[in-house]
Amino acid sequence: MKMGTKKTIKSDGVYYRKLNEEIRQAIADGATEIMLTGVNGQRYIGDGLHDKVKITMDGVPGNDVAAFMNGPTIVIENNAQDGIGNTMNDGKVVIHGHAGDVLGYGMRGGKLHILGDVGYRVGIHMKSYKNKVPAIIAGGVAGDFFGEYMAGGNLVLLGLNGAADEPLIGNYTGTGMHGGVIYIRGEVEEYQLGAEVGIKELDNEDHKLLKKLLEEYCADFGLELDKIMDKPFIKLVPISHRPYGRLYAY
Amino acid sequence: MNHLYQKDISGCGLSGIISTTGKLIPAEDIIKTIRIQNERGNGLGGGFAGYGIYPEYKDYYAFHIMFDHEQAKQDAEAYLDDNYIVVRKEPIPHRRTAAIPTHPLLWRYFVKARDNRPDLELEELSEDDFVVKTVMKINSEIDGAYVFSSGKNMGAFKGVGFADEIADFFMLEQYQAYIWTAHNRFPTNTQGWWGGAHPFTLLDWSIVHNGEISSYGINKRYLEMFRYKCTLLTDTEVVAYLFDLLIRKHGLSARLACLALAAPFWGDIDRLPEDEQQVLRQIRQVYGPAMLNGPFSVLFAHSRGLIGLNDRIKLRPLIAATHDDRVYMASEESAIRTVCAKPDRVWAPRAGEPVIVELNDDVI
Repeated sequence: MKMGTKKTIKSDGVYYRKLNEEIRQAIADGATEIMLTGVNGQRYIGDGLHDKVKITMDGVPGNDVAAFMNGPTIVIENNAQDGIGNTMNDGKVVIHGHAGDVLGYGMRGGKLHILGDVGYRVGIHMKSYKNKVPAIIAGGVAGDFFGEYMAGGNLVLLGLNGAADEPLIGNYTGTGMHGGVIYIRGEVEEYQLGAEVGIKELDNEDHKLLKKLLEEYCADFGLELDKIMDKPFIKLVPISHRPYGRLYAY
Repeated sequence: MNHLYQKDISGCGLSGIISTTGKLIPAEDIIKTIRIQNERGNGLGGGFAGYGIYPEYKDYYAFHIMFDHEQAKQDAEAYLDDNYIVVRKEPIPHRRTAAIPTHPLLWRYFVKARDNRPDLELEELSEDDFVVKTVMKINSEIDGAYVFSSGKNMGAFKGVGFADEIADFFMLEQYQAYIWTAHNRFPTNTQGWWGGAHPFTLLDWSIVHNGEISSYGINKRYLEMFRYKCTLLTDTEVVAYLFDLLIRKHGLSARLACLALAAPFWGDIDRLPEDEQQVLRQIRQVYGPAMLNGPFSVLFAHSRGLIGLNDRIKLRPLIAATHDDRVYMASEESAIRTVCAKPDRVWAPRAGEPVIVELNDDVI
């Protein structure tokens, strides 16, 4: 196979180990775009991959997509399950449906773009270092523990298409947060927040950053940026960089 | 292996399907949904519950009993013969497979309590209550005998193996049901044994569970006050008995029972309208020892419905979907997609928020 080629892998009913071997083999053979047809439930897709490759799938992949991933772009043209982007270092995952719990756990770089709702514990323990600043953008609503123990990076929640009676976000938002920023399009109640975060208004720098993040997000899903920006955002930031610094200091 | 047991921590896979119009669903469908979740189990426990599988004996309790040895069978049968009319008795059909090298003796009995059973002299229990007493008695007093299913027109099939291997072993393809549940077990704290596989059942209640009931100790002691005996060496057993106690004995609705088991936090109750606050406070006060703590998602089935329930902070996954007359619930969306490629609606229920599905009223 020559450089820069496309490869389609029939994934229907293929056991995850074999499927991931086939993906790695295709990359080793020089594929830069891989289409997985008929994916359903196979775990660990894209895990630990370093290469500049785009992997697209039409089905619902199993848990732990893009764990420890360091470069590739993964496009899921469907819903996704739990544990996506665990400790991811670089690259991007674009999900055209909803996604489950524990997304971007300990994520340290790269992007997760989700069009629909996300589950519980999204962006927990997310962190940043110098130029490695991860971002998770969820288009729908989120469950409890959004950004729990967050240490860095950007978490954005848009609340698009939610039912009127549906809460935008769950409880314990940002509990234990000590770094990074959470942007939320809409209002949150004080009781939904952990004790370690405060609500702030966005300044010019925030608007610039948000615009940059959302331009790419809108391009991924064919959304209009103006329509997203027509509703005010709030910003959640940690009150302290060491919320538990005195916890065990007697 | 009785009675020394504390609790079990497990990370498992589960799935369930119900036809709200009571249409029979081939076993193949539920097997597909659980086979794709084999990664969630480790081959040390798998099982199924099916409703509507014994229409020709629907008025009789179907006892599925496993025996470790012949003596256990003789002792259990002597007790059954004294107290029940046994209209049919046979080995539970199974085939020898490479995946299941050993198994206990597996028998089923279609029975009806005798009008002149000796215990009526002591107390006038209803037939359901007598069946509960029978299950507790056999499981705790007859060494090596375990009743693993005791409802009408339903049955549990379970053992040590992956769920699809257990299905093959029990020739599950012979059955059709309007409700199915399935489970792949990953025991991490106690041994995998035949009685410890899910579902856990009592009368027509059945439970499959992913997670850990951290409150097992308090739940078990609470149930003992109502004469339930926990003998199956796994925490999940208490969930089946709690549903029986709350719904059948105390007359709670399914929704109220779920609110007792996965009670809202006090802080959340404080923000509700006054009348709701009052109900929830009373439930928490009366049923404090019935509250389930720890991470769980459970599917709870009975002859008229299927209920999915998560713990209060969603420490285990649960996803639900609808399509035509069917409702699906599973640990993973891909499990549902194996048999329903394009659901009408797919959603992840919120923590502690039960998904309660009942058969349509006109289904008999």
